[in-house]
Amino acid sequence: MLSSLVVAQQVNLYSARKEALIKPLLDKFTQQTGISVNLVTGKADNLITRLKSEGKFSPADLLLTTDVGRLYRAKQQGLTQAISFSEAIAAVPDNFRDEQGHWLGLSLRARPLMVSVDSVDAQTITSLEDLISPQWKGRVCVRSSNNIYNQSMVASLIAQLGESAAQDWVNKFVKSFARPPQGGDRDQIKAVAAGLCDVAIANTYYLAGMLSSKDKTTQKQAKRVNVIWPNQADRGVHINISGVALAKNAPNKDAAVKLIDFLLTNESQLWYAKTNHEYPILANIAWSELLQSFGTFKAEQVPLSKLGVLNAAAVKMMDRAGWK
Amino acid sequence: MKLINWFYSWFNIWFVGISLGCFILAAPIGLVFVSVFFPQTEIWQHLYSTVLSDYILNSLVLAFGVGTLVIMIGTVLAWCIARYEFTGRKQLQWMVLLPMAMPAYIIAYTYTGLLDFAGPIQTLLRETFNWQYGDYYFPDIRSLSGAIIMLSLVLYPYVYMLARTAFSEQPAGLEEVSRSLGVSQRKHFIKVVLPLSRPAILMGAALAMMEAFADYGTVQYFGLSTFTTGIFRTWFGLGNGIAAAQLAAMLTSFVVLLLILEYLSRRKIRYYFQGQRAQQVNRQKLSGSKAFWVPFLCVVPVLFGFILPVLQLLNWASKTYSHQLTSEFWLLLWNSFYLAAIAAITAVTLALLFAYGKRLNPIKPIKSLVAMVNLGYAVPGTVIAIGAMISLSWLDIKINTLTERWFDVSVGLIFSGSLFALILVYSSRFLAVAMHNIDTGLARVKPSMDDAARSLGHKPLQILRTIHVPLMKTSVLSALLLVFVDVLKELPATLILRPFNFNTLAVRAFELASDERLMDAALPALAIVSVGILPVILLTLLMDKPSTDSSQIN
Repeated sequence: MLSSLVVAQQVNLYSARKEALIKPLLDKFTQQTGISVNLVTGKADNLITRLKSEGKFSPADLLLTTDVGRLYRAKQQGLTQAISFSEAIAAVPDNFRDEQGHWLGLSLRARPLMVSVDSVDAQTITSLEDLISPQWKGRVCVRSSNNIYNQSMVASLIAQLGESAAQDWVNKFVKSFARPPQGGDRDQIKAVAAGLCDVAIANTYYLAGMLSSKDKTTQKQAKRVNVIWPNQADRGVHINISGVALAKNAPNKDAAVKLIDFLLTNESQLWYAKTNHEYPILANIAWSELLQSFGTFKAEQVPLSKLGVLNAAAVKMMDRAGWK
Repeated sequence: MKLINWFYSWFNIWFVGISLGCFILAAPIGLVFVSVFFPQTEIWQHLYSTVLSDYILNSLVLAFGVGTLVIMIGTVLAWCIARYEFTGRKQLQWMVLLPMAMPAYIIAYTYTGLLDFAGPIQTLLRETFNWQYGDYYFPDIRSLSGAIIMLSLVLYPYVYMLARTAFSEQPAGLEEVSRSLGVSQRKHFIKVVLPLSRPAILMGAALAMMEAFADYGTVQYFGLSTFTTGIFRTWFGLGNGIAAAQLAAMLTSFVVLLLILEYLSRRKIRYYFQGQRAQQVNRQKLSGSKAFWVPFLCVVPVLFGFILPVLQLLNWASKTYSHQLTSEFWLLLWNSFYLAAIAAITAVTLALLFAYGKRLNPIKPIKSLVAMVNLGYAVPGTVIAIGAMISLSWLDIKINTLTERWFDVSVGLIFSGSLFALILVYSSRFLAVAMHNIDTGLARVKPSMDDAARSLGHKPLQILRTIHVPLMKTSVLSALLLVFVDVLKELPATLILRPFNFNTLAVRAFELASDERLMDAALPALAIVSVGILPVILLTLLMDKPSTDSSQIN
């Protein structure tokens, strides 16, 4: 038992964020504080299952996910505990935090429309609802409904429009598909650039990643699309967060909270924006030039935990509509 | 007396050992089937009325498509290389195995990069002929047939290897008899060679089909609705783990059916080769047009299954390698290597014991136990991994509770939180690969040889060591190498169960690729391929000389 006192402080992290997109930040944390971080990455749901089956002997302190639905699910299954409130946490806007303080957002992700520079006049689309008009039939590219971003997007529609209106939208939206859903978000952008479709739905950091790619062709493709922020006159564009939850049986709670605080410092928030082109969760952090070039937007105000609640309903809805 | 006999044939050390081994290996799969007892009516109604028929149909078409294609490619290749002599044969015989080192999801990524609408080939076509979208027809790579081709390109070596061994081990006498009876060469092939090699060919195809059933990476990337994508959708999207496990159980049942079919097809056939003086057939020297198109035919699968994708990967890697080749990268390489090596040795040792125990005690319970563990190959890695995680964590919690009560110390997650979990899952999943090889090897050793050795006073393990292993050296080594390469490429289980701060090449490649950074994923992907090539080359060197093993025991 003595040995545990001698061992340097550490934090154990279960991360759904890929190693390349978190490790450099963790290294910086270790440098500054001397607290070492043990990392295992994986799909959020698998990490949650692992956390759950390890029970009270789980070594995990923190769970990092790239969407709010998973944070909600972890809390729902009783795997989390309240994070002690700190000054840094207070700066995070309310709707990006759990009511009981079990989880909070670390960065923001927006899912706007991306349209072809050549064939679409930016004025012709102002909302997601526009996409179901006959004018867009066979002109829209979007990835499979297996993907959590689409599941969350439909869940937020259910939360805001109600079940039947959302189902109606999904049913009609499927008719606008230019091809059966396939590939990832970048593939949709590439398809627009190549003229296969005129509109794609994709997260902004994919476009930003393409624009800052070392590969000339990728850059060229990315320059052939424009970002359109939908529903600016009403509910706002669909957003999601990447965030962190404190594990219920965290053995290194103090160190874990220190890491959360560190992830909310200006420096870390800037790093997110620069490295993966995500929007900072804190309002006072300046955006990178690239993000500024996409313009500012009004975001949805849905309490994010709702997206977790409605996830299964969203999947069933897309099954019924035949969204592959 | 009879009772005592019965007692001996059941309760001996083999039976106990095998039951225990099987129980541990089958526990993760067993958990999947337990789900059947918790009906989920509402979800199943939803699945039935919407997507279930797609899952079933697509999975079946995928598996049988792959099965057909690998038999075609594998048998033709094996025949050409085993029986013909032509320029380049020596090089080709190891080159045709290279696609084995290529993970299916990686070949899918590279071909999509090449052939996609926005890819270089179609873009070039459009620019050259000034076409627009819709002006021309181009096959869609991201389709069911695309997936069949992708999987077949990397899975045909299974058929090739088994068929090749079968072809080259057929004694020359057979062909001489055929010829002396005036049977034409084609007829000899159809009437003698194929029926004799059918068990081997079908076994190879069954392995490939099991891989196709369990594939997740490729179908997910292509946006196809199959059982595996459905399992995850039900589990995570609909949030119903039990229904997902039931889907997995249903998928596994398909494979059981497949294996039963394969078994029935060779039920009445037992071929034994003498093990001595099995003179190899002389390869026929090719001339004329045949000397041109046979090598050409053999190059095609290598070209598409290996050379082209590797060139694409090299092209990508050349743009990104500078910031990736750090000390950390070498650590990844080492991790991947030793993990695969340990897993291969474990799985093959287990397979040897199981196969041998089965031969020694050919009683039903042992046979069915072993057959059940073989099913692991068809269960998607993720499903077994989750099964292992749940059962091992349960064990860990029990152990920790005990040690806390008795010694006031908790020992931590010694099973679920260590490499033990991974090795267990790999063994559980890849035992079938090892078993198939060893079974085929063992089946060719005449039982009378065992009897002779036993009557001369040799103990079973002694016989295994001095007679069977030397006779089956090729089979044992090919089992080792196949499991090694399989583990090297394995992704889902590694992703779920690895301990803290432990990464492999496959995990790194996947993380980057799934983040849609294909170019960055190229270097780790290339590294997987290169580490996988070494055993593949070794394997070929072995396969060419099956007869030396047999001559040793004269």
